[in-house]
Amino acid sequence: MWKSPKPDERPTANTSVPVTNPPEIKKEFRPMEPVKSADSFRADVAHIGKSVLVKGELSGSEDLYLDGEVEGSIDLQEHNLTIGPHGRVRANVKAKDVIVHGKVDGNIQGTDRVELKRSAVLVGDISTQRIVIEDGAFFKGAIDIKKEAKPAVKAEAPKTFAAAASFNDQPTFTPQS
Amino acid sequence: MGFFKLFRNEDRSPEGSAVGQSGDRATRHSSGLGELTKLISGKESLTILDLGPTSPQNISLLTGLGHRVYNEDVLLASFDPAYTSASEDGTKQIKVAEFLRENLSHNGQKFDVVLGWDIPDYLHEGLVKPSVERLAGIMKPGGVLLAFFHTKDAGPDAPYFRYHIAGKDSLSLQRGPQFRLQRVFNNRHIENLFKDFSNIKFFLARDNVREVLVIR
Repeated sequence: MWKSPKPDERPTANTSVPVTNPPEIKKEFRPMEPVKSADSFRADVAHIGKSVLVKGELSGSEDLYLDGEVEGSIDLQEHNLTIGPHGRVRANVKAKDVIVHGKVDGNIQGTDRVELKRSAVLVGDISTQRIVIEDGAFFKGAIDIKKEAKPAVKAEAPKTFAAAASFNDQPTFTPQS
Repeated sequence: MGFFKLFRNEDRSPEGSAVGQSGDRATRHSSGLGELTKLISGKESLTILDLGPTSPQNISLLTGLGHRVYNEDVLLASFDPAYTSASEDGTKQIKVAEFLRENLSHNGQKFDVVLGWDIPDYLHEGLVKPSVERLAGIMKPGGVLLAFFHTKDAGPDAPYFRYHIAGKDSLSLQRGPQFRLQRVFNNRHIENLFKDFSNIKFFLARDNVREVLVIR
């Protein structure tokens, strides 16, 4: 994540302003704070940086933070995919949880959840059990919500739970009879 | 198509003003939405096409009811420079065929419900009739289209709103990009526009808007 300064920001040799050798750490230029999550820094999360271009089939059995470019397909099976703000994906995506900050041109199949952040641009269809879309995200395509597989043995829910479920801040849309 | 022009304005640039994008919303009653709700009540797994800007609220609500939702911001797409060309006299020409090749094209998918909002009022004139004809082609027989049309009293500077479904007959309005109203339809124009549909019902709404429910 540490970046060297851009060429045009480096002090030129013919400058008349004396440079007092500041500590190296203060020379860093960080134009954009990368999107961070606790998972991003876990050791078991693979990271593809923004300068990386992958063409072909990308598959794995660990979580992936993708800030680069992928053309082809992405299959992480039961693992999570985060497409960072610099991520550019032209591929069909399959993962457990898919979080999109960048751009995707392709279909997303999130077996558990798909989340489009406000900077996300998605042209393609979504198939998932749960979806979260932030205001500001651009989406062109279809959304297919797959119902969660119900457990084989279903315990009877207490009535108090049912009553509590009717009080939420979601807009009601009860059809008239 | 000339009769569509009342508030013709070639400056359709969405850039320039971000006024009203703060997220402030106002809620108002919508008889058209209420009627639509009645028509689709009790039905599940409908295919619904929302032609407005991506609305998390609409998607969450409609998918929560068990429907399959398609989202396509037709108005924003129409500003793609790839769909315009300059004619010899310098005026902008819209490439209708190219636009329809990449928009309102769903590989044979037919829709039960189309949420058209007030997009026809802001769409480039050359795209209005072809887009409505395309909609007629991609809707199922008996399918329902909800659209809004400004009245003359709205004036040429009527702001563009994003529409979020707030209830069975109420909408939440959020100021969107600064698109300019292109024209005002009267009732006869609207009837002509939807001549390929079987039925049309008008509702007078607030904010100088007529709501229209059209049955395919």
